[in-house]
Amino acid sequence: MAIRIQQADFDLTTEIANLRHGDLQVGAITSFVGTVRDMNEGSTVNAMTLEHYPGMTEKALEDIVNQAKARWDIRDALVIHRIGPLMPADQIVLVAVTSAHRGESFLACEFIMDYLKTAAPFWKKEDTPEGGRWVDARVTDDAAATRWNQKKPAS
Amino acid sequence: MKLQLRYFASIRESLGLEQEAIQLPASVRTMDDLRAHLRLRGGIWSEVLGEGKVLRCALNHQMVNPSTDLVDGAEVAFFPPVTGG
Repeated sequence: MAIRIQQADFDLTTEIANLRHGDLQVGAITSFVGTVRDMNEGSTVNAMTLEHYPGMTEKALEDIVNQAKARWDIRDALVIHRIGPLMPADQIVLVAVTSAHRGESFLACEFIMDYLKTAAPFWKKEDTPEGGRWVDARVTDDAAATRWNQKKPAS
Repeated sequence: MKLQLRYFASIRESLGLEQEAIQLPASVRTMDDLRAHLRLRGGIWSEVLGEGKVLRCALNHQMVNPSTDLVDGAEVAFFPPVTGG
């Protein structure tokens, strides 16, 4: 398992090659990349800045990945989250999961992303024509994370 | 009890403070007590940490409920609901 919080961009192909490298049991790789949109809540977003809580954020992400590992039979997982200033179309986050069969990595990848949205301490501040504004948490993100409590783990 | 307090994102910005060390009276036992204690500073403190405000708190890097007991020497953080990803 690898957790990285960094200012620098990442390359999906390189990261996936590293994640699955040397593991011949891997038959499936699922990845998710989140990017910056140029519009949010009816305002143009010129740029954004991402803040985190050093120490706690890493721990929260490790905890989320460990929960996914306990729940599904996955081989490995990688989470990269960028911090600092970002522009529209920039990559923000990568979650990649390897497993023997696709079902586990699909589910684990979505689970990690849903929990990251609600449990990992990151905050976005958008630079809009009306000035800087902190992004509000979405109720739909809470709902997305909560639904995993009602689902049975895949067998 | 002594604590290290940290503030993040909009909370940090509104308070104009990143962190501080604080010595607490024995009557302050839980996260909620601490929040009420800080509100007594008045002004922006009573507003930002107001009862109607949705806040998250962490004790030693772990998200906790308002009823959680404080621990001497701990790092306590207040922040808005998270918006990463």
